Amino acid sequence: MPVDHQFEKIKVMEENSKKITRRDIIKGLATVPVVGAFAYSWYQKNRYDHLLKQAIQEEVRIDTENPVLNRVVSKDKQIRLGIIGTGGRGRSLLKAAGFLRPEIIDDYLEATAKNSTDKRYQEFLEQEDLNVVVNGLCDIYDKNAERGLQACANVKRLGSDGEMADQPRRYKNYKDLLAADDIDAVIIATPDHWHGTITIEAARTGKHVYCEKPMTWTVPETYEVRKAVRENNIVFQLGHQLRQTEAYYKAKEAIKKDILGKVNLVEVTTNRNSPNGAWVYNIEEGAGTNNIDWEQFIGPAPWHPFSLERFFRWRCWWDYSTGLSGDLFTHEYDAMNQILDLGIPRSAVSSGGIYFYKDGRTVPDVLQQTFEYPDQDLTLMYSASLASNKSRGRVIMGHDAYMEVGGDLKIYVDSGSTKYREKLDEGLIDPKLPLYSFTPGMKQVDAITSATEQYFAGRGLLYTYRGGKRVDTSHLHIKDWLDCIRGGGEPSCNVDRGFEEAMTAHMGTIAYREGRKVYWDEDKQMIV
Amino acid sequence: MVKHMNKIINSDLSKMQVFWLAALRVLIGWHFLYEGLVKLTNPNWSAVGYLLDSEGLFKGLFYRMAGSETLLAAVDFINVWALILIGLVLILGVLEKPALLGGVALLALYYLSHPPFVGLKYGLPTEGSYLIVNKVLIELVAMLVLFYFPTSQRIGLCRLITNLKKSK
Repeated sequence: MPVDHQFEKIKVMEENSKKITRRDIIKGLATVPVVGAFAYSWYQKNRYDHLLKQAIQEEVRIDTENPVLNRVVSKDKQIRLGIIGTGGRGRSLLKAAGFLRPEIIDDYLEATAKNSTDKRYQEFLEQEDLNVVVNGLCDIYDKNAERGLQACANVKRLGSDGEMADQPRRYKNYKDLLAADDIDAVIIATPDHWHGTITIEAARTGKHVYCEKPMTWTVPETYEVRKAVRENNIVFQLGHQLRQTEAYYKAKEAIKKDILGKVNLVEVTTNRNSPNGAWVYNIEEGAGTNNIDWEQFIGPAPWHPFSLERFFRWRCWWDYSTGLSGDLFTHEYDAMNQILDLGIPRSAVSSGGIYFYKDGRTVPDVLQQTFEYPDQDLTLMYSASLASNKSRGRVIMGHDAYMEVGGDLKIYVDSGSTKYREKLDEGLIDPKLPLYSFTPGMKQVDAITSATEQYFAGRGLLYTYRGGKRVDTSHLHIKDWLDCIRGGGEPSCNVDRGFEEAMTAHMGTIAYREGRKVYWDEDKQMIV
Repeated sequence: MVKHMNKIINSDLSKMQVFWLAALRVLIGWHFLYEGLVKLTNPNWSAVGYLLDSEGLFKGLFYRMAGSETLLAAVDFINVWALILIGLVLILGVLEKPALLGGVALLALYYLSHPPFVGLKYGLPTEGSYLIVNKVLIELVAMLVLFYFPTSQRIGLCRLITNLKKSK
């Protein structure tokens, strides 16, 4: 095409384009109806979701708001604490009460500097000030005592270069701490074989007690603890911090509203697979008879010559420990006791063995326990392995639906359900998708929520960094105890719940150790 | 002169070529609009989970976005409204070129936070199998194609607006 001709064509085109033709209007507006089609599809989709949601809500009348767990009690009066046992767990409880070693704060700060999503420092700073002071500390191992003292003196929650308060008094013997008149309440975080003895003595001196689980090491002291707590009118809290888990409150509500139908089987598990998880803790360098009071460690246990292994890994021996049943099943039991009001079972059978950690331990590393509740027509089954991480969760199984409870909660309808039959047949309820789910901090996650969102919610990724603040459950559990000391009332895991916990765990242990089925005699209130 | 030549090339595209290019533009617009609206109407939505699932060379950058409350709030806001606006204008056929560039930038960020490279694993489930090339990258390239073959002067509000201006 000659160039002149080409320019002429452009000129004509430009001339033409100055007028708006019918074609311009049609082509100019051609895609506008797409917006209409989009709006209509959007409306249809929302209406469908709304219908499904309504169908579900007709069945599940539980709101998805976070429950309010703690009442408001004036903190004007400072509570003076003592702590007995400042090993790993004891120091975690100190942290929950607001005291952390400056060295740990340094580590947190360093971690935050490296990775801004590491919020441990911020979370600890934001943890509520409980207006407590630690006046006395007792540990039979000098190094742990020193670590505890440093934490207690760090009242301003600062790093190593910060200003520290005076350290509390260190007692070499717990009896002297219990006799101190500048202590109102004690935290007990010793090995299991000391829990009962110290709780009883503390109650007799009128000191309130927060005791780590399990409540007792032997059956007889279980009665004694209950008696001492009741007679001396002290506030007793057993250290099952999972009592503060929001999802459990929702689970309880779901049970009350009979969403699951008749519950007939409850399965709880422990799934661990690491030396630490199997209680093979690090033996600290430099530890020895020069800095460990071995005699006091042994206490009510049978005598054994000094052993670093037994001192650091005491959970592996019946002499000081209650094994899987007392140490880990109790968490599971207490969770279910909270949700289902189980009480003490009619009978227990147990089996297992030392199948993986052949390190001289006497407690099993694989354990199965079955507890029967004929009055409630259900079985509580516990299965534990310390050498497999296969996660099996906690499941409450009913005829109409089952519930998985962890940090979050999910309810799935059973495909054979009678109650939901009609909605299942109509396709309004899908047994593969949760009928209801609760994730702390999330407003709603249900069958409508996208797979991606459910994925993230299930891993707690969505609420960690915004909305509901993540709070340490141990902190809430200690606060619950302090609230009752200040304002009266019963803590969530009081001595009666503790009694049920201890007796149930002991039944499992006796069944395992004696290789027989054991029964609870309700009239005589004893294990037979 | 070059500009004019460009116009000639574009106006020389056959009707079917223009039609399918415009269809591609509208479909991508629909996708963007829906993605944006879903996020806008969901009270729980935040990019935080996606950002924290990042892998690859720019992982640190995305983690920093997730780590700061204010930055995250900005990321969420910009992401939602950019998706909605880009979607809407692509369907209607106005401001096509800036919208396409904005879309390419968004998709590049999505791609870089979750590149399907050998050895990188994500928590987030995917609906297909990808090696280096995934649907995000394909949509990104499709938007670049549309950038170099704009259609809103032929099919879209832009045609009407331009002609209205000229007729005045």
